[in-house]
Amino acid sequence: MFSYCTDPASLEGIAWLSCYLTTGKHFAFYGSFGTVAILLLITAPLALAFGFAGAIAARSSFLPVRWLGKGYTAMVRGVPDIIFFLFVPIALDQAFEWTRHQVLCPDWDQPVRQGSDFVVCNAAKLPLSSAPQWLHEGYGFALAVLAFSVVFGAFAANVLFGVMRAVPRGQLETAEAYGMTPRQSFWRVLVPQMWVYALPGLSNLWMILVKATPLLFLLGVEDIVYWARELGGSKTSAYAYPHPDWRLYYFLGLLVFYLMLTKVSEVVLGHLTRRLTHGQATAGGEAQRRAAA
Amino acid sequence: MKKLILSTATLAMTASFALAAGHGETVRMGTEGAYPPYNFINDAGEVDGFERELGDELCARAELTCEWVTNEWDSIIPNLTAGNYDTIMAGMSITDERDEVIDFTQNYVPPAASAYVALSADVDLTGGVVAAQTATIQAGYVAESGATLVEFATPDETIAAIRNGEADAVFADKDFLAPIVNESGGELVWAGEDVQLGGGLGLGIRESDGELRETFNAAIQSMKDDGTLNAMITKWFGPEALTF
Repeated sequence: MFSYCTDPASLEGIAWLSCYLTTGKHFAFYGSFGTVAILLLITAPLALAFGFAGAIAARSSFLPVRWLGKGYTAMVRGVPDIIFFLFVPIALDQAFEWTRHQVLCPDWDQPVRQGSDFVVCNAAKLPLSSAPQWLHEGYGFALAVLAFSVVFGAFAANVLFGVMRAVPRGQLETAEAYGMTPRQSFWRVLVPQMWVYALPGLSNLWMILVKATPLLFLLGVEDIVYWARELGGSKTSAYAYPHPDWRLYYFLGLLVFYLMLTKVSEVVLGHLTRRLTHGQATAGGEAQRRAAA
Repeated sequence: MKKLILSTATLAMTASFALAAGHGETVRMGTEGAYPPYNFINDAGEVDGFERELGDELCARAELTCEWVTNEWDSIIPNLTAGNYDTIMAGMSITDERDEVIDFTQNYVPPAASAYVALSADVDLTGGVVAAQTATIQAGYVAESGATLVEFATPDETIAAIRNGEADAVFADKDFLAPIVNESGGELVWAGEDVQLGGGLGLGIRESDGELRETFNAAIQSMKDDGTLNAMITKWFGPEALTF
């Protein structure tokens, strides 16, 4: 990056370190923090949406929909995460490619499954072999987000299913007494009040999600743990910057990052709890009212 | 949304026309990126090493456009058969077990020696603890030698294991270990005898992809015939490395 970095072997001390920390590989490492952040920011709302839909389905009075909701939570909660993370993206990818194969190459005469090979015509590949690398990475990332959302959505669905029953019955009875339909009382009374009960369960899920991001590497996304391991491993003079095993320092850096992320999350969640407690018929809401009076 | 789908479809169609028109076929080359000097991620963040240089030359001779991708060693074969990339060029030895699942081109590195490295030359190689990378021929050999095998996902971790005392010795390709031993300042030494394993290194290719295999076979043969392959091996592995 700097002009004096052309011959790293001749550098020492701070100059060497400044060059070392600004190699293309290190920028990929710094960039991967962004990857993790983007993953969290997309997955969290998407998982919440999955969870909300799952919880509503599980409460439905229409039996098949109820089965769907219950089945989704039971299945995903019962299967080990790691199996799901390996299965969902591969299955989705092959399902997409198979569908495209049927549509785009109708006169292909060879079977798609040949022994252990999964062979579709070139035009059906997703993304196409000729597509630039960033498109392949983006596609893999999207599959990863989807897998994370499905898994965490199932846990969120169970939390939300429980909290929909935790809102005091008196609140809903009052709504009914005002003449609200079940749909109106659900959206106007139950949903706005349930979040305060959901927060402890959902904040747990958020914390687990934060720590589950290294699983990204299973899905071929190069995340911060991958780069820390890759950069920290001992390097011979085949590399421009040879060094012994420095994984300890890189992982210490990750430790600090994750602790900071936890701290920030706790501050935000604490703030959110205070906001949601305001005016609620809970012990927390009562305490706030007394403090204000 | 409709527009998006339409433009994606148009894009897909123009791409396939482009494919049909010229011979600029894109081949995705899968590698591990953690096995210097065969393949590694250099400081610019790109795949580098002997196999990168050789692979690019083979692609140039075969008039293919090649794109390099990295994948964990553990899942490198399943991802090939699933079609995520089209070749494996990752210091993979040609063995009968692998040949049942995928096909190999002719070898581009002759059958080379594997060797033990330890902190002292007199460690017990048949009764002690020996580290090797998961799912390599070296791991298979150690498992049958009577030693206790500890496996690691990356080659670098096997070296770390002898340095921190987790294993008594590491068993791997000699060409991979040589620079590490030379640069360790006497901390690491060779132990025991060299062992000949496997049928050399070849490109792994899907069994259903016979045409691509023939293309690469021809390109490798042309490099063997005009001596450029030998020159490249000597450049990366030193003058004492085996050549064709």
